[in-house]
Amino acid sequence: MPLQYSEIVLEHFRNPRNVGIIEDADAMAIEGSPACGDQIVVYLKVDKETKKITDIKFQSFGCASNIATGSMLTEMVKGKTIDEALRITWKDVAEALGGLPPVKMHCSVLAVDGLKSAIKNYLGEKREEKFTKEDLVNILSKILYPNLSIDIVSLKMVNYININEKGKVYIELVVSPEDPFRNHIKEEIEEKLKKVPEVKEIEIKFVY
Amino acid sequence: MRRVYLDYAATTPIRPEVWSAMEPYLREIYGNPSSLHSFGRESRVAIEEAREKIAKAIGAKNDEIIFTSGGTEGNNMVLKGVAFALQDKGKHIITTPIEHHAVLEPCHFLEKLGFEITYLPVDKTGLVDPDDLKRAIRKDTILISIMHANNEIGTIEPIKELSNIAKEREVYFHTDAVQTVGHIPVDVKDLNVDFLSISAHKFYGPKGVGALYIRKGTKVYPLLHGGEQEGRRRAGTENVAGIVGMGKALELAISELDREMERLTKLRDYFIREVERRIPDSYLNGHRIQRLPNNINFSFAYIEGEALLLNLDMEGIGVSTGSACSSSSLEPSHVLSAIGVPIELVHGSLRFTLGLWTTKEDLDYTLDALERIVNKLRAISPYKQGWTLKREG
Ligand SMILES: Cc1ncc(COP(=O)(O)O)c(C=O)c1O
Repeated sequence: MPLQYSEIVLEHFRNPRNVGIIEDADAMAIEGSPACGDQIVVYLKVDKETKKITDIKFQSFGCASNIATGSMLTEMVKGKTIDEALRITWKDVAEALGGLPPVKMHCSVLAVDGLKSAIKNYLGEKREEKFTKEDLVNILSKILYPNLSIDIVSLKMVNYININEKGKVYIELVVSPEDPFRNHIKEEIEEKLKKVPEVKEIEIKFVY
Repeated sequence: MRRVYLDYAATTPIRPEVWSAMEPYLREIYGNPSSLHSFGRESRVAIEEAREKIAKAIGAKNDEIIFTSGGTEGNNMVLKGVAFALQDKGKHIITTPIEHHAVLEPCHFLEKLGFEITYLPVDKTGLVDPDDLKRAIRKDTILISIMHANNEIGTIEPIKELSNIAKEREVYFHTDAVQTVGHIPVDVKDLNVDFLSISAHKFYGPKGVGALYIRKGTKVYPLLHGGEQEGRRRAGTENVAGIVGMGKALELAISELDREMERLTKLRDYFIREVERRIPDSYLNGHRIQRLPNNINFSFAYIEGEALLLNLDMEGIGVSTGSACSSSSLEPSHVLSAIGVPIELVHGSLRFTLGLWTTKEDLDYTLDALERIVNKLRAISPYKQGWTLKREG
């Protein structure tokens, strides 16, 4: 029942820290839903170099323990690296709050889940920013085989593609050594890919 | 700090006059009412006087009133006592999904014993449609139990109409009148019911004592077997002081009924108007007119009830909520769910119930605090992030 909250919980509930929105957040996550009675939204700013959480804010549709947990958790992870933040558990937050009624676990664990999701989204977004295979296929499917006006993907000339973490793109093209447009195609691909900042190195191999 | 109690439907304080009436029976008058000596006779007289007061207040005969430990016992006795007494006739009982747990849980228990319960639908204000009752009655129906007024949303059911249908079909009719006795006129003849449950602590009497009206000639088994008290219908040495207090409390409530109803209705409607004027996206739950004079129930979109309740509590204001987070079972209000309130609005519901000591100043103080707190909580709520008023998850 209500009011079995510790003084720390009540204090954070009364004056929650870090509430609001980060307009230019690097990542955000929504956890829970109003229908379940509790929802929390977490916004993150992460330093790209140090991977430290430079700013964090949350919004809550939730009960006192949900709000207090959001407040305490955001205080705890500010300035920490995302790896350190991921290691914080519900128990750690509950302890910092001077304990939470066990029955309140489901509403307060949302804040921890929200942070984890936001970090996951952050890492996920980074990958997307990176230049994916889908992006590569998009570019390749705009390169037309001369004379036929059909793109090289549709012509099944692209045999294999790969992108590694260092931004190296590897492409295998099925083009016969006699093909007069062999070098033309290679040059066109290189030209297009050089415009993509994430692509650091290009290797195109012809297979047959 | 100012303290404002707005949870009179949960319980009421004992009136000073009631306390004075009870005090001798907690001190010098201690005889067992069943004893034949003068000590016992003094207690016996007090109990019978209280019985007369209760009977008079609801238009019953003295011997149609038995004393119980409260509303829960009265309801249990009727549900189980009729089920056991009439199970040869049938095993079907009709009730509603918005009853107090003191009716619903005995029903669930009876279901486990092989009884069949029909839960009548209610409309979005909580009203039962008499036609639905007509259709639900079967040959094997032995009891209909429909509350007089709902404790959460204050909706007053058309008991007379409903009980007349029951009478035509010769089915017993019980009403849980815990929220109405002492608050609005209740007359068992007028309501035409066979059973009616009463609880003292809802009308400024003590906790743990109540009464059950049982129409003369009605078949029901006792819940408690033992001594010969209450005409063998309810064993156990009587709660003398409690019974005396209940009698006094009801006598007082009845003498002030009209005046208090009028006063509270005005306050109630003032509060409802002001909430709707000052707080956007607030929704009144229940019926606007067919409503207890002291009941206000609102849902505030985008925020959660326990957070609201605790914030109000910090300002000295006591209210209750239908939010799951406020109950130890984590179940949101079954009443608001049954009348079709979207689940997120159930979580954001607050009940304000007024009483004898509620003033307009109390309500103004509450309105100011409420407006401020709703705004504060909405400011930290993510509702702008695609908050939809849909049922989900
Ligand atoms: C409608 C209704 N029925 C039954 C009860 C239970 O009454 P008591 O607390 O006297 O057992 C209550 C009070 O909580 C009530 O509001």
